[in-house]
Amino acid sequence: MTVVTATKRSAQGAPRADGALRPPDRGAWFLVLPALIPILVLSVGPLLYGITLAFTDAQSGRTEPTKWIGGLNFQDLLHDTLFWESFRIGLVWAVGVTVPQFLLALGLALLLDQDLRMRWLARALAIIPWAMPEVVVGVMWRLVYNPDAGVLNETLRDLGLGDGRDWLSGLGTALPAVIVVGVWAGMPQTTVALLAGLQNTPRELHEAAAMDGAGAWRRFWTVTWPTLRPVALAITALNLIWNFNSFALVYVLTSGGPGGRTRLPMLFAYEEAFRYGQFGYAAAMGCVMVAVISVLLALFLVGRLRGGDDA
Amino acid sequence: MRTSTGGRVGQYAALLGYLVFLAFPFLWLVSTAFKSPRELGSLHPTWIPRDPTLDNFRQAFDEQPLLRAAGNSLLAALGAALIAVLIATPLAYVMARHRSRLSRAATGWVVVSQAFPLVLVIIPLFLVLKNLRLINSQAGLVMVYVVWALPFALWMLVGYVRAVPAELEEAAAVDGAGRLRTLVSVTAPLLTPGIVATGLFAFITAWNEFFFALVLLKTPEKQTLPVVLTHFIGAEGVADLGPLAAASFLATLPSLVVFAIIQRRITGGMMAGAVKS
Repeated sequence: MTVVTATKRSAQGAPRADGALRPPDRGAWFLVLPALIPILVLSVGPLLYGITLAFTDAQSGRTEPTKWIGGLNFQDLLHDTLFWESFRIGLVWAVGVTVPQFLLALGLALLLDQDLRMRWLARALAIIPWAMPEVVVGVMWRLVYNPDAGVLNETLRDLGLGDGRDWLSGLGTALPAVIVVGVWAGMPQTTVALLAGLQNTPRELHEAAAMDGAGAWRRFWTVTWPTLRPVALAITALNLIWNFNSFALVYVLTSGGPGGRTRLPMLFAYEEAFRYGQFGYAAAMGCVMVAVISVLLALFLVGRLRGGDDA
Repeated sequence: MRTSTGGRVGQYAALLGYLVFLAFPFLWLVSTAFKSPRELGSLHPTWIPRDPTLDNFRQAFDEQPLLRAAGNSLLAALGAALIAVLIATPLAYVMARHRSRLSRAATGWVVVSQAFPLVLVIIPLFLVLKNLRLINSQAGLVMVYVVWALPFALWMLVGYVRAVPAELEEAAAVDGAGRLRTLVSVTAPLLTPGIVATGLFAFITAWNEFFFALVLLKTPEKQTLPVVLTHFIGAEGVADLGPLAAASFLATLPSLVVFAIIQRRITGGMMAGAVKS
């Protein structure tokens, strides 16, 4: 930041404090409008429209006009056991993916922070899940889980651990099986975020703690963790939200089956809207999801404030 | 960092475990893509195909309109990337250079838009596009992809703009260059690498996208590659494994190549750990 000594005043009369940030000026509009209009028309507008739809009986392919029905959709949702079941599955999925993924990614980030020989290889491989289309990730793991031609059961057979099973169709195994895929798919982003956080760890402190005879475990908790915490909280909150909203992976893996055991909220709402044409009802589901996500976001913001670090 | 030899061995073993976990599904996909139908039906699959064949690729192209789907994907991704970069760069510039309510609102939108369940946006979008006769059209999909790629594009670009010293622009202004001329001849050239990286990222995002394409594209000749891939999976969830693997492998190649080009910029010195200040 450079400080301009002669404080000039712009048209709006705001004093100029530095060279990097200038007060707004009317000339900026021609820079902003090309992006602003699409954002308003295709993002903010639809969002508000979607919230109002939740209070109507909008359906697809109907000739008579849509009516305002107040909170009726929400009342129906309250009694919709299938929806709450999918909601519960969504939370189990979000937590079940986010927590193990965080621990695994933290381990990988700490390893990659050391000067090991194979780091370039790790970097090359670590981006595979990130770069791939989600649909392909789903397809790939279907091949892994395939009961006969899949590598998982073949490995179990080789190790003499029985014949394996049809993981994605078993009532008890389907959700854990898709959770493993979710963990795999998000590893790169989480690892990169944590690695970025590790860059902030003061090396000298590490050295000093080591000189004082602190073991690796102690060094992690006293030196590394305090600097990593804001990033860790942020990425965890974001992952919870992203996972709660996820669709493509599970759609390809199980389509929500068997018997709805992996029907995430987004799959449920998608079916409701585009298979049964219940636009208003699906919009109400979306609103309930937003409410839950808002709570998660609030936690995220509180975490950032308490971290006090503008990372 | 001094680590004991035992510790080092443990670290390498752990790293190897991670490498296996991250790589094996992809290797299995590649292996499956080259296996003969007879081998795919046998009970003891191997890592290396016993008699490698290209039949699955041929069959994939016979069963589904893959070339057209790839063309559709390419069109949507290129269109989305170009337009997104064109409109995001000026806004990102303003967000980076000016403190204003608008910049704060835009930043707020970038954060919040990441958190919304898409179903709440897709229903109104579907209705709006239907009224505009843009359902089942590349134009409608591109419009949606542009806005969908904007948050991350803005976030990347704001960082790149901040890296350009404002003094350079001020110097140009002092020399009598007008605002637009300063932007075009001073700022834009310095931003070019960042703009290219952002465009490539928007390209991959659109190339890989599934949910909007699934809802907005109705007929096979309009559909993008990810949607067409799911047609290999039957109603009962029974998939024709060989062609499915072959087509999936092909669909992934562009993403991996483009990502390999830009990943250094995205991961922000992910493993530049050796030279730390």
